[in-house]
Amino acid sequence: MAEKVLIVDDDKAFLAILAERMQNRGMEVSTADSAAAALKMLEKETYDAVLLDLMMPEMGGIEALQIMRKKQPEVQVIFVTGHPSVSKGVEAMKLGAMDFIPKPVDMNELTEKIHQAKAGRMILVEKRSQEKIKKILTDKGW
Amino acid sequence: MIPDAGVIGQSGLQFFGKMCASISHDIKNVLAVINENAGLLEDLCAMAEKGRSMDPSRLKRLAGDIQEQIRRGDRIVTGMNRFAHSADEASTDVDLSELLDLLAALALRFAAARGVRVQVNRPPAAVRVTTAPFLLLNLMWLCLEGAMATAGPGTVELAAENAADGACLRLCRIEGLKEAPAAFLSAEPKGALCLALKAQLSLDPEKNEMALRLPKNRV
Repeated sequence: MAEKVLIVDDDKAFLAILAERMQNRGMEVSTADSAAAALKMLEKETYDAVLLDLMMPEMGGIEALQIMRKKQPEVQVIFVTGHPSVSKGVEAMKLGAMDFIPKPVDMNELTEKIHQAKAGRMILVEKRSQEKIKKILTDKGW
Repeated sequence: MIPDAGVIGQSGLQFFGKMCASISHDIKNVLAVINENAGLLEDLCAMAEKGRSMDPSRLKRLAGDIQEQIRRGDRIVTGMNRFAHSADEASTDVDLSELLDLLAALALRFAAARGVRVQVNRPPAAVRVTTAPFLLLNLMWLCLEGAMATAGPGTVELAAENAADGACLRLCRIEGLKEAPAAFLSAEPKGALCLALKAQLSLDPEKNEMALRLPKNRV
């Protein structure tokens, strides 16, 4: 099954071209040109990976990541940024980001990370389902 | 000659560094789009090698997109060059509207982060003074930064006008200035910059305006 990916970046030219390249690789791609638009999309849909720009107007990537993690704890966020700094990277990872990729993007590296994101998300979803089932069984005394 | 090296100090270096970091971020974004366009061309070639037909109109659009990014990059680098050369002369003849255009371009990323639009209102005739452009840009940036923080999302206007004894730069539509004028007039480094430029900074909280009066010649 195709990977479902959401790209979030305020640079519309970058959004369009990256989406086209990923679609050519068989992925199902949605785009949002602001963090606010991405958060709305996350209310209705789940994605295997979210590619998130770090510096965006009004709401930056770090703030968006925190809200996304509250909405969907198993969401896999990969930061794509022009200037990856160690301090920002550490902050993002502490807040639950999956990885950091510098711009310009290496498509092979990005594709690999998206595969990893999908696998990581599936493990988390499965783990949560098992915990739910376990809780139901425990509550019923079985 | 470096203009008033002592006045530039730490604040001036921070200003220079902040602007350079922002410009480099913009250039990286341009390079990222060009990189993706080149990558898409590679993808299309690889697909053509496997027998899929190549659409010439798609290639034309790609070429147009790359040219657009080069124009975008050129605008950024031209602004960066003008900014870098603003530190060349201790005093020089400056068109203040052009200086405000440069300031607005430099502030674009910071303004967008706050949901602010910086609009430069051009006067009918050129407004020129002899001044230190780097110091003036630094001072105007500090004022604009304060204005954006005070006003919040919306539009802040910049304008230059001729005055009897020189010129006046106005920062208008600073919503909320009435409630927070003190933060706006903090003594340093604005005070030192005003002294070096022989400029006078004043606020009109009723009109939500700031005015910076400059002499015709600061020397």
